[in-house]
Amino acid sequence: MSFDAEFRNQQFKSVGSRPLRPDGIDKVTGRARYGADFNMPGQLVGRVLRSPHAHARIVRIDTSRAEAVKGVKAVVTAADLPDLTNGDAELLHILDNCMARTKALYDGHAVAAVAAIDAKAAREALKLIEIEYEVLPHVVDVDAAAQSDAPLIDETLFTGGVEPKPAKPSNVANRSEFGHGDVDAGFAQADVIVERSFRTEQAHQGYIEPHACVASCNPDGTADMWVCTQGHFVYRQICADLLGLEVSKLRVTSSEIGGGFGGKTHVWAEPVALALSRKAGRPVKLVMSRDEVFRASGPTSATSIDVKIGARKDGTITAAVAHLRYTNGPYPGMWAELGAMTSFACYDLENVKTVGYEVLVNRPKVAAYRAPSAPMAAFAVESAIDELAGKIGMDPVAFRIRNAAKEGTKSSYGPVYGPIGIGPTLEAAQSHPHMSAPLGPNQGRGMACGFWFNFGGQTCTDLNVNADGTVTLAVGTVDVGGSRASLSLIAAEELGIAYDDVKAVVADTATLGYNDMTDGSRGTFSSSMATISAARNAIDVMRHRAALTWDIPVEDVVWEDGHAKARGENYGNLAPLSVKDIAAESGKTGGPIAGHSELVADGAGVSFATHICDVEVDPETGATRIIRYTVIQDAGKAVHPSYVEGQYQGGAAQGIGWALNEEYIYGEDGRLQNPGFLDYRIPVCSDLPMIDTQILEIPNPNHPYGVRGVGETSIVPPLAAIGNAISNAVGVRMSHIPMSPPRIRAALDGGAGS
Amino acid sequence: MASVSVSTTLNTDEVEFLCQADETLLDVLRNRLGLMGAKEGCGTGDCGACSVIMDGRVVCSCLVLGAEAQGKTIETIEGMAQGSELHPLQKKFIEHAALQCGVCTPGFLMAAKALLDANPSPTEEEIRFWLAGNLCRCTGYDKIVRAVADAAAEMRGEAS
Repeated sequence: MSFDAEFRNQQFKSVGSRPLRPDGIDKVTGRARYGADFNMPGQLVGRVLRSPHAHARIVRIDTSRAEAVKGVKAVVTAADLPDLTNGDAELLHILDNCMARTKALYDGHAVAAVAAIDAKAAREALKLIEIEYEVLPHVVDVDAAAQSDAPLIDETLFTGGVEPKPAKPSNVANRSEFGHGDVDAGFAQADVIVERSFRTEQAHQGYIEPHACVASCNPDGTADMWVCTQGHFVYRQICADLLGLEVSKLRVTSSEIGGGFGGKTHVWAEPVALALSRKAGRPVKLVMSRDEVFRASGPTSATSIDVKIGARKDGTITAAVAHLRYTNGPYPGMWAELGAMTSFACYDLENVKTVGYEVLVNRPKVAAYRAPSAPMAAFAVESAIDELAGKIGMDPVAFRIRNAAKEGTKSSYGPVYGPIGIGPTLEAAQSHPHMSAPLGPNQGRGMACGFWFNFGGQTCTDLNVNADGTVTLAVGTVDVGGSRASLSLIAAEELGIAYDDVKAVVADTATLGYNDMTDGSRGTFSSSMATISAARNAIDVMRHRAALTWDIPVEDVVWEDGHAKARGENYGNLAPLSVKDIAAESGKTGGPIAGHSELVADGAGVSFATHICDVEVDPETGATRIIRYTVIQDAGKAVHPSYVEGQYQGGAAQGIGWALNEEYIYGEDGRLQNPGFLDYRIPVCSDLPMIDTQILEIPNPNHPYGVRGVGETSIVPPLAAIGNAISNAVGVRMSHIPMSPPRIRAALDGGAGS
Repeated sequence: MASVSVSTTLNTDEVEFLCQADETLLDVLRNRLGLMGAKEGCGTGDCGACSVIMDGRVVCSCLVLGAEAQGKTIETIEGMAQGSELHPLQKKFIEHAALQCGVCTPGFLMAAKALLDANPSPTEEEIRFWLAGNLCRCTGYDKIVRAVADAAAEMRGEAS
């Protein structure tokens, strides 16, 4: 059945309210079950052995002594995960990342795994696995890795996206380019040009729950997996492909997820757990330690970015260029490409060019991290924009408003925008009381803007009307931050029933059709679209049942305010039938009532935000404290405003941590030196102020309620907003993230941006 | 290795268990006693997800040995509600949307309970510093701090 997704303005009854979340009780009582909170009969403990070397050829593995340990039931290496990828390079890289095949490519790369009756036996067995390594030269720095004399991570890799094909292999996996106009002509018209280079260090998503799963392979070729993931259907597909299982025979249940932020969109140890279970013939629980999470699961890219922007004295940007080099870890991705696409997305530019370079390094495989790749590009661009505004003597907000993209603007990455929120968020910032609040000594105010695409994707839901008229909504997008509440509100709204009469659950892979991941801020956007569609289909069934009950044509039955009503003067004596009335009779009118929906949620509206931040810098120590923070972002329509605010606040806090503290620190030996929360310090409660939020609602024309994704954009502006605030506080322009005390001290001492 | 026999008071119940001498209280709670509410986020005492209250003091149960529970009184998240009556902190966390993924929530609730047991009228700064040993990556702490302050007000008998 075709689905009309067009936005229609309406008065909402449920949407926009703030009811209690359905999973709240479980989560405050300790009953909610996360990845590590599930057990199976006869379950073994899995443990992974990881490379201590940043780059090494695996000459020989001898597992015989480990296998002899009492209580050890299986030891697996790459030999137990044969290559079934059939020429699919991307899939082979996933397999190689799960278990190194010929070379260990980073400190922490898995090389073997064991399953034993308890953790003690598993630990002992790991120590007895003998591996002979031939240690190779390594490279972890993005600029060093891009040099022609750098140690090669993949000797067969030639840079893609350049003509003619290079003669020599390189760590630069791909070049991508976006833009339009003539930037040279644009710079010739500029009165002022700012040109700067920036660096950002690698940050981790830092979810509190480590990766965890329980895998159980059965002798008949079926298998079950319980796992914390942002997308159990995608995990099922990849694991089935890598293990040679039929998709229908692998059932994956997503646990409650203890944070993901993109990091749980990639499989890490799950195929290994399945391989262990297959070999041992018993279920295997595999839980990463925090050390493993940092060393071997996806951080974001480290970057090196050059930006050049020119403007006329009247405040019009005439040309903008960015060259962006992003680390990918040891396998090619499209991280710099995303950076290149997002760099100038906030602005309406006549002449713009961005070039991205994907750089392989001996670090863990880069994974998505909330608006992946956009924060680093925004740090560079928004810092340069601020500096440019200063040089021509314009207020930074007014300068951005003058150049802001609007409906009809051809974006720097290609598409033409529909109705968008960059201008309104800037205008809201301009008139926000935060902008005129007084500042003290060593304090400064900064602001910056951010963009994210948002995504829709494949989505499937089932909506079942129960015999008592309550509704069970089964969705396939994992709830990472309150979406069961939002989707229940949506179902209640569309059906015209109470929120409390809807119960949303996340269904497993055996009970619902395929769903893409909860990524790209798509969870509520796409599943709400599918929920509206399913509800409309259920309403159609209920109209038919009412028509049957009344013995009138279905065309004469309308659905209003949660009731079937007979339309027309002839039917004046027919009292409207509620969902409960119709459900109660369903056994006699044709059986169970349900609405299904399968769709590709196109038209995810792009998202923009403007952040304002006040900092205080201690000139003696270089320590920076955030003293006030405001997030202004377009939500399209805030379905459950509390959880929209939560997304804004959480993203801002992650951005603050990245801006000021968080970084992967590698030693000369290529080993990660801070794989723990003590030395990789994420913001704690006493580091932060309250984070104020302002939700703007510029409806997305491609969603019936105007909803846009809200999850990711909030991490994009903080790096630059804080950098700009520091510049205004103490007069140094920081060009290296994180802006940690030593870097600020060095900048104050005259080093440029350190 | 011989097992150690331990008698303790757990959520007001007398409990006995056997554990290895090197086994953490967190592992005992999760693996031997079936109390999965305390989470292992780091295993090194840095994240607070495994927080429980031992003799009135918040501890990271990953840094306490199971054998150390001998003769002690342990409170975990599973004992926070009185039957079907939630503790005011539990109610306020839900009302204020002070949790997103919720994996840090049991630890925060234990730490916040210990705070309010000791100090019924904490300032925002006192709340923030008391909870500085509990990491949350989802919320930015804003709604957590508000929920704790509101629960404290309710427990003092003030209308919120």
